[in-house]
Amino acid sequence: MRKFLKRRETTLALIIVGFIILVSLRSPRFATGSNMYDILNDTAVLMLASTAQFLILLTGGIDLSIPSTMAFTGMLVSMLNIREPNLPIVVVLLITLAIGLALGAFNGILVGALKIPPIIATLGTIAIYRALVFVVSGGQWVSAHEMSSIFVSIPHNPFLGISGILWYTTITIVLVGLFLTYSKTGRAIYAVGGNRPAARLVGLSGERVDFIAFSLSGAISGLAGLLYVTRYAAAQNDTALGYELQAVAACVIGGVSVLGGSGTMVGVVLGAFFLGLLYNALTEVNLSPFFQMGIQGLAILVAIVANTLVDRRNRHKMLAKRNLV
Amino acid sequence: MQEPIMELRHISMYFPGIKALDDVQCTIRPGEVHALIGENGAGKSTLVKIMTGVYRPSGGTIAYQGKPVEFKSPQEAQRQGIAVIHQETAMFGELSVAENIFIGHAPTLRWPAFSPFKPLSWSSVWTKTAELLKSLGMKIDPHALVKDLSTAERHLVEIAKALSQDARILIMDEPTSALTIRETEELLDLVRKLRDTGVAIVFISHKFEELFEIADYYTVLRDGKYIGEGSMKAAKEDELIRMMVGRSVDQLFPKKEAVIGDVVLEARALYQTGIFKDISFQVHRGEILGFFGLIGAGRSEVMRALIGVEALDGGEILVYGKPKRFQSPEASIKEGIVYVPEDRQRQGAVLAMSIADNITLPQIDALSGNGFLNPKREAAVAQRYAQKLEVKAAGIGYDVQTLSGGNQQKVVLAKWLAANPTILILDEPTKGIDVATKSSVHGIISDLAGQGLAIIMVSSELPEIMGMSDRVIVMYEGRIAGEFLRKDFNEELIMRTAMGGAVRTKEVGAP
Repeated sequence: MRKFLKRRETTLALIIVGFIILVSLRSPRFATGSNMYDILNDTAVLMLASTAQFLILLTGGIDLSIPSTMAFTGMLVSMLNIREPNLPIVVVLLITLAIGLALGAFNGILVGALKIPPIIATLGTIAIYRALVFVVSGGQWVSAHEMSSIFVSIPHNPFLGISGILWYTTITIVLVGLFLTYSKTGRAIYAVGGNRPAARLVGLSGERVDFIAFSLSGAISGLAGLLYVTRYAAAQNDTALGYELQAVAACVIGGVSVLGGSGTMVGVVLGAFFLGLLYNALTEVNLSPFFQMGIQGLAILVAIVANTLVDRRNRHKMLAKRNLV
Repeated sequence: MQEPIMELRHISMYFPGIKALDDVQCTIRPGEVHALIGENGAGKSTLVKIMTGVYRPSGGTIAYQGKPVEFKSPQEAQRQGIAVIHQETAMFGELSVAENIFIGHAPTLRWPAFSPFKPLSWSSVWTKTAELLKSLGMKIDPHALVKDLSTAERHLVEIAKALSQDARILIMDEPTSALTIRETEELLDLVRKLRDTGVAIVFISHKFEELFEIADYYTVLRDGKYIGEGSMKAAKEDELIRMMVGRSVDQLFPKKEAVIGDVVLEARALYQTGIFKDISFQVHRGEILGFFGLIGAGRSEVMRALIGVEALDGGEILVYGKPKRFQSPEASIKEGIVYVPEDRQRQGAVLAMSIADNITLPQIDALSGNGFLNPKREAAVAQRYAQKLEVKAAGIGYDVQTLSGGNQQKVVLAKWLAANPTILILDEPTKGIDVATKSSVHGIISDLAGQGLAIIMVSSELPEIMGMSDRVIVMYEGRIAGEFLRKDFNEELIMRTAMGGAVRTKEVGAP
């Protein structure tokens, strides 16, 4: 219990609760169940993008290509939908994941096999994948009336009263969380991100981990892209612009180290949720969008400073405790 | 004899659990090369850190230029004219020679008048550097980037940097360990030149030849204690070695008798271009094979190439008589060969991971089924080894970064022991560990040999090597310089072999 309270996820959760209470004092509608449900639905895509980013941050890298992977995957499946309007949802999902996986694997080859630093490799592919969106779409949108009803129903389709978008997101998050905690490869991702030379000596290959992390990240970005275009019922050329950095923001607020090797899935989900709350609350209290950007930036800095301070204090306490033993 | 420029009296230095220096004295005079002599761990580096303001001594006094001083920071010591040149140079590779020399104290322009911020005067940076290099007789271009220089040239630039700050005392910590014979000669010439201008030089080296050639005076330390001092001219190599190694009897090594069995691992003529050559040896079941040598002799490099971290350029490896060549540590771990690295902070522990996860890391294959982990089995293994090595922590679920340095090292040892190796390669297994832990680690190593493991132990500490090994291989400059059986162990002979050449003696007053 003590340990539970010390965890930064707990701290963040408490901050979130405090924040909700604070905003609802000003705007009582904010804390209602239906508004929270809406916020979750609005944040689901960001949560997925953050999960994709999380996997890469854990290895000590960064993935800038996430929004382009989302846009390209979203555009391809939307155009496929025009041709094959009645494909079953399962097939659409599988194709989506496959496209995302392929784009991610390409990043993985650049980083893992060719040893290009992740920030450079994905700086290349963010542009290339975005260009591919224009190439396949010819610069045209795919708009709502061109999409089949099955396709646009993907994020809605409530099951047990919960929307499709939340189901897909939840399932992904749970699977990734389990993968990181209970699989060998998950452990290897933490080890490689935490200390590459040490991981190498125990026989864990950094190259292999890079490749796997980027491939998975790509698949998840692809899914995020599908949910983005179906939720807004439009596949545009500028889909998801800026998501790479929002995703980094969510991760950092959730306690993920940009140096690699530390962070939890729960933290990332909370971080993304906190950003979602922030956007919603700022609109609720009628703050201009320009302020929103500034406040998001502030939230990141506060989160980092708080993390550092808490860490330092905890370590200090631990050291003190140890000397007594 | 000149008045001393620096006098250290009754200096002691305590770290938690360790007495690094105990009542040490040292007198440094201008225009003199002062050799600081002692084995690894004798306290030379600690003493240097006290001279340069990195540490403040727990006890004792320092007098500098006749006045008692207390340096509060390395910067303060530097301002007062004390400069150090480290074994591995710390410079900015992407900057030019001149920028490196004048970084932090670059000449500025005179204008704008009255302004506290005056722009750098690049023209005087270049001309001053050129003058400085010329006065030292160095043929180095001030515009050259430091990354393009050789190690020797970098040392020269560091010396120029020290002089640009009017150094009165220049401390050189093994400046020649990475230099060729010719480069060493050039460096020593420069040291002589500096000495003649009145700079006091503290010279640390393990190579006696050099010390006899350059030093005027010596101070010997052993186990953190002052042993003696004197004029180098009157000193004999034998006597100095005896002062270095002759030790008290309170250091016991719990070496147990083990049955030595068949050959487990054999290396034949291992070779890596420019690093080591002709490395052949065998290790048997139950045997502890010591690898002794000076830092830089190539021992770690041999081990790293053996297990496949670095590539070999030639030679054969036989494991249980079968030829093997490992492309990666993954492959050597599969054969039961495990390497515990020297630099445990950097290559050892994953600091952001829990103690338990660190310990089980090398065997997550064995502990998991179908790619999934088994937390219960992991916890059991981790608990057992954490206890065995007496890791002091609030629990095995805590991150390694919350532990002290010594305990972090224990976690790394636990990790490799938990992997159940058949051949264990330990690189400096007790470096930086306090005395009590040291002997428990030695006990464990001895037990493991008793259980039939073949152990290779690389160490720079002679007592450890002699106390623990059944056989010792001594390396010097990338080659095997000698091999000794336990019954033939002789401190002085082993030390002399490690210093290059067993028959060299310099007599009194040799020029």
